[in-house]
Amino acid sequence: MEGKFRVSSSPHIIAPRSTSQIMRDVFIALLPSAIIGVFMFGTQAFYVLLAATFSAIFTEYAIVKMFKRSGKVSDVSAAVTGLLLGMNLPSTVPLWIPILGSMFAIIIVKQAFGGLGHNFMNPALAGRAFLVACWPARLLGSAFVEARELGSIAVSSTTIDATSYATPLVSLKAGTIILPDSLLSLFIGNVGGCIGDVSSVALLIGGLYLIFKKVITWRIPTIYILTVFVGTFFLDGFSILTSTAHVLAGGLLLGAFFMATDYTTSPITKKGQLIFAFGCGLLTVIIRLYGGYPEGVSYAILLMNIVAPLVERYTRPKIFGEVALNA
Amino acid sequence: MFKTFRPGGIHPSENKLTAGSKIRGLPIPGQVSIPMNQHIGASPKILVEKGDMVKVGQLIAQEEGFISANIHSSVSGKVLKVDAVVDMSGYKRKAITIKVEGDEWLEEIDTSTELVKEISLERHEIVRKINESGIVGMGGATFPSHVKLMLPRGKKAEYLIVNGAECEPYITCDHRLMLEDPESIIEGIKVVMKALGVKKTIIGIEDNKPDAIKILKKLLSKQKKISVGTLKSKYPQGAEKQLIYALTSRVVPSGGLPMDIGVVVLNVGTISSIANIFKTGLPVTERIVTVTGNGVNNPNNLLVRLGTSFEDCVNACDGLKDNVEKIISGGPMMGVAQSNLQATINEGTTAILVLDKKEAKVVHPENCIRCGSCIYACPIGLMPLSIAATADKGDFDLAEKLGAKDCIECGICTYICPSRRSLVQSIRLAKSILNKRRI
Repeated sequence: MEGKFRVSSSPHIIAPRSTSQIMRDVFIALLPSAIIGVFMFGTQAFYVLLAATFSAIFTEYAIVKMFKRSGKVSDVSAAVTGLLLGMNLPSTVPLWIPILGSMFAIIIVKQAFGGLGHNFMNPALAGRAFLVACWPARLLGSAFVEARELGSIAVSSTTIDATSYATPLVSLKAGTIILPDSLLSLFIGNVGGCIGDVSSVALLIGGLYLIFKKVITWRIPTIYILTVFVGTFFLDGFSILTSTAHVLAGGLLLGAFFMATDYTTSPITKKGQLIFAFGCGLLTVIIRLYGGYPEGVSYAILLMNIVAPLVERYTRPKIFGEVALNA
Repeated sequence: MFKTFRPGGIHPSENKLTAGSKIRGLPIPGQVSIPMNQHIGASPKILVEKGDMVKVGQLIAQEEGFISANIHSSVSGKVLKVDAVVDMSGYKRKAITIKVEGDEWLEEIDTSTELVKEISLERHEIVRKINESGIVGMGGATFPSHVKLMLPRGKKAEYLIVNGAECEPYITCDHRLMLEDPESIIEGIKVVMKALGVKKTIIGIEDNKPDAIKILKKLLSKQKKISVGTLKSKYPQGAEKQLIYALTSRVVPSGGLPMDIGVVVLNVGTISSIANIFKTGLPVTERIVTVTGNGVNNPNNLLVRLGTSFEDCVNACDGLKDNVEKIISGGPMMGVAQSNLQATINEGTTAILVLDKKEAKVVHPENCIRCGSCIYACPIGLMPLSIAATADKGDFDLAEKLGAKDCIECGICTYICPSRRSLVQSIRLAKSILNKRRI
């Protein structure tokens, strides 16, 4: 009997959303913050982002070709990794820094462990950690320059004084009193910092876009941010202003919305995500308040990445009907 | 808020192309081929030989074994052959092929159109009659109905649940039945309630069929024991365990049966056919089939004799278009793909779905990105990605520990996966290997 039609096992229809689309949404969500970063720090920032993104795409392509991997570059995931890495760098770095960082992220962290979906750490963050470990002077402290003043939005000069030539976090660590005005700058992005983490409002727009598009859920960002807020409130002077500054500054929003939510390196279970996010928040607070670095987000997430599989193992969802049987 | 199940579930495009088309009777075909394995369970013993003359309603195969069902002829004519043919499952199985001659019915069948006789039969007599009729679940699962009605000693049924959810996209046969012959459903319910001795019946219907809900509610306005439960339109709302949970908040234990929690579930089509059995004495000889999909010229709901070929049904709907990719017996989520149109309609054939190239897209799997979509959508609360991964590695013990056997194969995980991975297919493999091990 001649078979005329295609035969396969059910289901016969599939949902419209593909992996490439998800990655594209993440990329789009990153753009507002990237654009504000370029606006604040000038063309040098643009070149850093460009170098990071394209070197990541190129490295991914080369590895896939070289080892005849099945992964498609159209996954945009490499572009997301590159852009995220670039956004986590100060604008003053020489261009070989983002290129080297992207290559490390893609080759060592991502492809060496099996490519998309198999890395055990967030590639962009691991890339940044690698760069910080090797060239701390180029990435920390004096590397940060003051963001230029937003023309149309009046910002009092005292705000700039409070944050100039030092990231808001360094000021926080030094015990600078937080004024409401400086919170406004933090919110808009008129502060020093990495290219992609200066504007809270742009990051919020991107994060909400991801939640709206159902790429991520509220769980990790909300719990992460809440933990940092509550933690710093109790451990850093019982000041709502200071706690708010902790939330808005130092890449917490970038980390909470875009990096802690990375599918591959966070627990896949709902309960696991809550624990994971709480752990990220707690570690961030501890590193920021008691650690050697002013910045805690990237190491907090990297450390939690490593325990994610363990968290996941103990938070498997209940199988429907399971309890009734035991009862 | 409408009733529904948790966890999980999805709502794919409904594509109920034929929701508005009246059920159309298909003329008796020239030849039918009645499969002997149309139900779940053991094959019945074949009672006829080549050359025998049979009448409509005549017993042609008798149940044999624990779970089995009688099979009756759906047409009158001459037995052409009794042999193995490829059926809708794709396997060669015994079937009786009958060349149709006229339309002669068994004498004892009441062909008058008069409505329902008073059911004066005792409980066990009702069950026996249903047993003799050989009726099986017409929602697609084809489980012999009498087995559900024979309560194990010491167990008591409290609820009869009638499944009118019809959650699979495209299919509309139950919807049309509820609109066009709601009385038969109510009569059937009364018969089954008596057989089971239950005091409460709920007809579960998804809210995407407001007309059916309205009609049945109106007819049942004076009934205290039978009610309509409006369900949220969500797949797999019509899956047994999910339906029971949505309507009664009871949970069928893992590995258990609805009977364990005092519930019996029957499809509206089955219920309506049971009413027919008691009305006319005629066993199931025909059913409503939705012929649909963008690959068929004129989608329709047909009333066809069992054993009619898919080809006859499709031709009655003005044939296929040029861009046909897949022919499916059943719905797009759980139906069985056909390589050709030679399979025949059995009691569980809800639909012939003809998908074009756009509807049945060919996809290629990519790496799992651990997005978790399959977990959040799984109606059983499994982690499909993990079970599939362990099954792919051949670690079936771990697959079992992760709950592979609880999988109801609804297909949601494969449907939802953005990396286009064949998750349910891998889990199915694990299930079949685990089941073989048990034997």
